[in-house]
Amino acid sequence: MSGSLVAIIGIIVFILGYRYYSKFIAERIYKLDPNYVTPAHRYKDGVDYVPTNKYVLWGHHFTSVAGAAPIVGPAIAVYWGWLPAFLWVVLGTVFAAGVHDFGTLVLSVRNKGQSIGTLAHRLIGQRAKLLFLFIILILVLMVNAVFAWVISSLFVSYPSSVLPIFIQIPLAIWIGYAVYRRKTRMLIPSLLALVVMYGVAIITSRVPILQIDVVRYFGGEGASGLFGLGATSSAFLIWIIILMVYVYIASTLPVWKLLQPRDYINSHQLVVGLLILYLGLFFTNPEVTAPVTNTVTDVSWFPLLFITIACGAISGFHGLVSSGTTSKQLNKETDARFVGYFGAVGEGVLALIAIIAVVTFFSNTDQFVATYSSFTEAGGAGLGIFIEGASQLASGLAIPPEIATTIVSIIVVSFAATTLDTSVRLMRYIISELGVEYKMPSLTKMHVATTIAVVLSAVLVLLPEGSRGFGSGGYLLWPLFGTSNQLLAGISLLLISIWLKRQGRNYIFTLIPMVFLLFMTLIAMFNQVLFQWSWFGTNSNSLLFFLGAIIFGFAVWIILTAISALSNNQFDK
Amino acid sequence: MLEKIKQAINWYDQVLSLSHRSEIARELRDEDDLFLLLLYSELIGIPNPVYYYSLELYPYMIEKFHDWHLRMGMEKSPLDGIRCC
Repeated sequence: MSGSLVAIIGIIVFILGYRYYSKFIAERIYKLDPNYVTPAHRYKDGVDYVPTNKYVLWGHHFTSVAGAAPIVGPAIAVYWGWLPAFLWVVLGTVFAAGVHDFGTLVLSVRNKGQSIGTLAHRLIGQRAKLLFLFIILILVLMVNAVFAWVISSLFVSYPSSVLPIFIQIPLAIWIGYAVYRRKTRMLIPSLLALVVMYGVAIITSRVPILQIDVVRYFGGEGASGLFGLGATSSAFLIWIIILMVYVYIASTLPVWKLLQPRDYINSHQLVVGLLILYLGLFFTNPEVTAPVTNTVTDVSWFPLLFITIACGAISGFHGLVSSGTTSKQLNKETDARFVGYFGAVGEGVLALIAIIAVVTFFSNTDQFVATYSSFTEAGGAGLGIFIEGASQLASGLAIPPEIATTIVSIIVVSFAATTLDTSVRLMRYIISELGVEYKMPSLTKMHVATTIAVVLSAVLVLLPEGSRGFGSGGYLLWPLFGTSNQLLAGISLLLISIWLKRQGRNYIFTLIPMVFLLFMTLIAMFNQVLFQWSWFGTNSNSLLFFLGAIIFGFAVWIILTAISALSNNQFDK
Repeated sequence: MLEKIKQAINWYDQVLSLSHRSEIARELRDEDDLFLLLLYSELIGIPNPVYYYSLELYPYMIEKFHDWHLRMGMEKSPLDGIRCC
């Protein structure tokens, strides 16, 4: 089967889902009203509440939710063959993610543009708010650790991407100041920045001396490095420390100084990346060499597939964006369908090309099976295979492979870095909020909260041992990241269901994805914790056991809350 | 065709600048808020630091001020704070 055909089938299902299913949800379930006065009009202040054209808002929403996660997840999940990953991405987007992203947006618009956290407090109660805060805390902690691992491992594997990434920082600060002080438009400076970055990438791909290869500085893979560690382990350690210092600074600066200007440059990269990959795919039209389904003996696809691919199929993080910023800018309530549902479709399209890049990379099925020999191997190798596969697609546009590899790794690192910045900042806010909640004023201080966030994340990313030694086991945390993300989506779907029930409407279409997600996460964590990570499991690991048990506890908590909230009639008043 | 391309570029620019625009607006609004707070601080019971610092200007402006109020036809200083005569 050809890769283009897989893409076309996926895109057709997305279009049908948007055309028919989202229309049904909009008209019959959420009952959107074009005359409803949205928060953007009611509380218009020119800052947070601004009525915005739906196409502009969709673009903004999509670039805010798209990141490295819909790339990493599918790259690992093709371990079970391309069909399970493909089906979950396509059907998950249509029946779960679309309904979830669209629903959180509508729910927030109907409730003064409030965020999911506040809505949890209002719809269920104080304890639900705490539950929500803890789940996000776990989620952002996982995000920090996983994405720090993604960036460090790419810096170690593709040293030519280091310099262009670090050049982005002064360029972003320059754009931030240019826009703030001189009120210039950001389009031209950010495009210039992109040209400079890619120009540097072309040079570093060709000139080895400009590749910041820390492993080579220590004397190659087998050499010894710092504190008696191997060269690769030391390189990981150095990159993690540099990253953590960077995120500390980035997440305490005002957002317009560094974070946002980097976001624009990265939005260009999203467009460039999608264009290169899809055009490359249609020009080269490679054959899918991965097996349709892969017979494996170590870990079953059920239920691990559903938490390995979180973003790209359904992601609770989108609900935070929908209810946090997008809902305050929605011009008409009927626009929610396009912005929310189609935003999820955009993410699905990104996950789809990630699957195709990986499954068309190998020249034959045996090679695929040899590389994806176990789930652990898939976790360690997936991202690298995506980069190689994506550069192979880019060769269809006559881009030399070494330059394509550098540019694709820059794109993935940039996405991961943006997510990391945002999530460390988010973690700082949550720690402060918990400080207020539990009356610990010292936690509310910016530098205390940021230090806790950064140190916890650094410890978490350094602990798991991977194939490349110390600190390279970040991918072991990936299923935990997926689980906490799905739990967050579960809470959002629960809130939407409660709201629909109170309105006297049919809430089965949000309840089914919720039950599905909670069931999968519960089973997955139960299996992993008991049969893999516990002291009598096959891969005994006390850190993963501890984290998995906490997440399992949260899943049970949400289910109990859901049952009591949905069955208790006092909520209907 | 050219019009369409212009529209597309405009759309793309708006997409990118959406979050930044609100952040800059917030920053400017905060500055304005601070300015108003300084301006009306005494009305809400906060001592205005401007008076304290302008005390340093007193020796430099007292003579000019005296000449000014004489030119304006006032024999005595109209302000309690400045006692030139």
